[in-house]
Parts: sequence; structure tokens; C-alpha cells
Amino acid sequence: MSIDFGAYEMTLLTTIGIGVTVALSLNLITGFCGQISLGHAAFYGTGAYCAALLTKSGVPFVLALLAGGALAAGVGIIVGLTSLRVRHDFLAITTMGVSFLFVGVVRQQEFLGGEMGVSSIPDHGFGKLGFMLFALAIALAVAVFSIYLKRTWMGYAFDSIADDEDTARTVGIDVGQYKLTAFALGTAIAGIAGGLYAHQVRFISPDSFGFIESITILSMVVIGGIGSVGGIIVAAVVLTMLPQWFQFIEDYKLLLYGGLLFAMMRFSPGGLAALTNKLLKRFAARART
Amino acid sequence: MLIFELFVQGLVQGSIYALIAVGLTLVYGLLRILHVAHAGLFTLGGYCGVLITNETGSLTLALLGAMMLVGIVGMGIYKLCYQPILSHPPFVALIASIGLFIAMEELYRLAFGPYGISFNQPPLQTSVNFLGMHLKLAEIITMLGAALLIGALALLSARTRIGVAWRATVTMPEIAESFGINIEQVRYINFFVGSALAAAAGVMVAVLNNLVEPTMGSVPSYKALAIIVLGGLGDVRGTLIAALALGVIEAYGTIYLGHLLDRDAIAFAFLIIVLMIRPQGLFGRAIS
Repeated sequence: MSIDFGAYEMTLLTTIGIGVTVALSLNLITGFCGQISLGHAAFYGTGAYCAALLTKSGVPFVLALLAGGALAAGVGIIVGLTSLRVRHDFLAITTMGVSFLFVGVVRQQEFLGGEMGVSSIPDHGFGKLGFMLFALAIALAVAVFSIYLKRTWMGYAFDSIADDEDTARTVGIDVGQYKLTAFALGTAIAGIAGGLYAHQVRFISPDSFGFIESITILSMVVIGGIGSVGGIIVAAVVLTMLPQWFQFIEDYKLLLYGGLLFAMMRFSPGGLAALTNKLLKRFAARART
Repeated sequence: MLIFELFVQGLVQGSIYALIAVGLTLVYGLLRILHVAHAGLFTLGGYCGVLITNETGSLTLALLGAMMLVGIVGMGIYKLCYQPILSHPPFVALIASIGLFIAMEELYRLAFGPYGISFNQPPLQTSVNFLGMHLKLAEIITMLGAALLIGALALLSARTRIGVAWRATVTMPEIAESFGINIEQVRYINFFVGSALAAAAGVMVAVLNNLVEPTMGSVPSYKALAIIVLGGLGDVRGTLIAALALGVIEAYGTIYLGHLLDRDAIAFAFLIIVLMIRPQGLFGRAIS
């Protein structure tokens, strides 16, 4: 069997790389540190707009990408400050508000292209194959970083905050500082992913970064299993590829997202990761008897 | 007179918000669930209203039918979706609810088409002269209807056994149960009433715009969440004030802030500012 590795497959793999990157970036905030965010697309969008406008005014691509990440992190820290004031449900609603606010503000700004968005974004200059490898390398780097982070002191601190914030505080963990760090890291990576996206499709508009996009990112994290790097990668790959493989599903794409999100929470709140663990345990138990 | 006209337009919109948000805040007060799919029931109410009116020619019948039907669907959602996951952390129900809401909107789109449906003969479109303003009859009915329904709800909760049981369950579920109150029953009634109110709002919006479309619930859904947070989650009176206030602020904001933010962003800008200053909401009591 020969696989025809054409332009289509390269585009698809690039999209997957970006999807995995942005899903893992949300996982740093929601999965590791336990701060639910329903507005992650706003940071993805911040990075996309920043990088796009910079390369359009002549800044080299990689530099623009980093600047997009930095700006997104700046916005992310500001939004992260809200997580010091409000928790749980209130934080969910506040971050949801950020998602709407981002689209609402961008739509009305002339210099951001308003409703029409930003078009004819310059070429990244890497070629299709090079860009694909670049996107996949970034996804891989973020995955490795995530797994590494989990084993560091900071990872343990995140874990304790996700588990029980008040207890974490009593044992002397600077909860506020770690939360802001989680937001800064997660949103910076989301911003870089946004810059990649902008230069892949070379046209962006406010609607690409709305609430539905935030939910799509969240659904990758939730379906994969909150906090589980492996599960999230699988979910991001599958959720990106499904609509591509089954063109006929395009019309039902959102129904599928919504349904999966609901079914996963209803029947296995731990996501694919918990489901796999459960099945493995069952097989192990059966093998023993 | 523009200022006054904007105020009345704001009140009309605020009445709709109030009807939707009351149901949401009731569910939150009882179960601590952010019931996003509530707006899916609002949309369903709109569809029922248009379909029944077109079939029978009676808007009254359509309103009652929509409220009954959607009330029952609301109870079904509690039974099938929320009851089994109540013991999980709150974000589980929230995400399940968002998923359910997206799926509901898609189902409406697939069933009734993406462009929405309208009345064969749009009811209540007569223009009425009211204090020198030209208002559609539908706008006046919306304000009066919302006031009437919420008044009835207040009476129900203050004067009837069901109301007492409901309030007792909200304040102290364990003690209420030890006094022989059937908590499950209270929850079902809660979902029925809240969903019926959302359906009434759906029918009213259908009449106001002469259109129901699959996505008509999206914006109200998230705005209603902002409203109940502003009102101090679970607090019905605060929710009503926040709903009316937001309607009015939006009406003015669209004119005076329109070049900075679009209409839908105003609610959230307001929300974020308030939460940063008062994390317990405008009218909520601080929990120490």
C-alpha cells in the first residue's frame, strides 16, 4: 500500500499539529492547574491577529510568531488575574465573557479589518513540507514540555491547586503566582498556534475565534481526558480528522461535537483517558481469572 | 424623546432576558448547575409557538402549548442529563450542558432548515400610540406578559405549599428532606416552571421578530449566564433587576458605545467589570 503524500495530506497534518498544540496549551491551564477556561480561542485569535499584522508590515515570520505568543501571554495574564478573584462557575462565565468580548471588540476595529478580517497574509516562506514539519515540531515540543512539566515542582504545585486550592494555600503554595504562570504559559502557546494558523490559511476573521472555537478546543481537552497529555493528543487528532475523512459529516460536524461532549461528560467524565484505563483494568482482571 | 424610547426598548429586551434568566437562576439555586441548554428550550419554545399558531391560528393556544411542551422537555433533560452526574464536580455538568445545547441547535437546524420559520400571519403587529411613542402591540404584550408570569411565580413561591417546599429545599436541602419534602419532586417542578418561562420568552421573541431560527438561543444563552452571575447566582430578585438593567444598558450602549464594542460584547464587559469589583455579583451576599 503506498500512501500518496500530497499537498492535501500536508495541509491536514499541519492542521493536526496546530490543533494538538492549542489543545495542549489549554490543558496547561484547565487540565494541570484546574482553572476552567471557556475563552481560549481569544488567545489563539490574539496570536493570529498579531502575527498576521506583523508579517504584513514586513516583520520576519518566526519573529512575528513569537510576538504573537508574547502578546497573547500578556492578555492571558490579565485574564488570569480574574482567576484570583473568582473561581469555578464564576471563572467559567468570566472566561466565556472574554471570548465574546474579544470577538465583539475585534469586529469594531478598523485597523484589525473589522468584520472582513485580515486577508492576503504573506507566505511563511517554509514551503508546504517545511511548514508542516515546523507545526508538528512545535506540537511535539509542547507535548514533551507538558510531560516534563508534570514531573517538576511546578507541576506538583499546579496539581495541588487543581485538587484543592485552599489546602494548597495552607501548605504554603503561592496559589496566585502559579495560576498566573499557568495562564501565561498556556496563552503564550495558544498565541503561537494562532500565528501558525493565520499563516496556514492566510486569511483570518473574528468568527474564526468565537465561542464555538473555544468550545471546540475545550472539547478536545475534555474528550481526551482533562489533564491527560496522551488522551488529548488522540482526541485532537481524531476531532481534526473526522470531518476531513468523512466529507459528508461536515453538515453534522457541530452535532457530533455537541453530542460527543455531552455523552463523554454524561458517561465518562474522565474522558478517553479514563475510559481506556477502565477498559484496561477490566481486561487485566479478566486475564487474571 | 430618543432617550425615553431607548429606555422602553431596553425594558422590552430586559423582559425577555428576565424570563430566560429566572429559569436559569432557579436551576442554579437548587442544583448548582449552569444550565446552558436552557436557551435551547427557549428556542424550542419559539418553534412550538410558530408551528402551533400556524396550525391552529391561535396565539394563546400556542403560548400555552409551548409552555407545557417545553416544560415537560425540561423535566426530561433533568432526568436524563443532569440527575446522573450531580455528584461530579460542577464543570462536568456545565460542559455536558454546553454540548447538549450545541447538539440541540444543530437538531433544530437539521429539522427546520437554517433560515428559520415565520408566522403565516404575523400576530400583534398593530402599532399603538403610547405616551407619544409608536410601539408595536407585541412589545407592550411582552412587557406585560413577563411581569404577569414573574408575578405569578412570586405568588407561587410565597403562598403555596409547593413554593414553601421549594424555598426550603433551596436553603437547606437536608433539613427540608427530613421534614418530609420530596426533593426529587421539587427539582422536577423547578425544571418544569423554569423551562415553561423560557418557552414563553421564546414565543414572545418569535412574535417580536416574526422569525425563529436555530441560533436564536445562542446569544441569550450566554447573556443569561452573565445576568444570573450579576444578580448573584440563585437570587431571583437580583436576577430580575440585572436582566432589566442589562436590557436598558444595551439599548443605550448600542447607540453610544457601538463604535467600540458590538452589542453582545457590552453585557460581558459589564459582567467582567462588576465581577472584578464584587466577585459575589451585584446583589449577591458575600460568602465569608
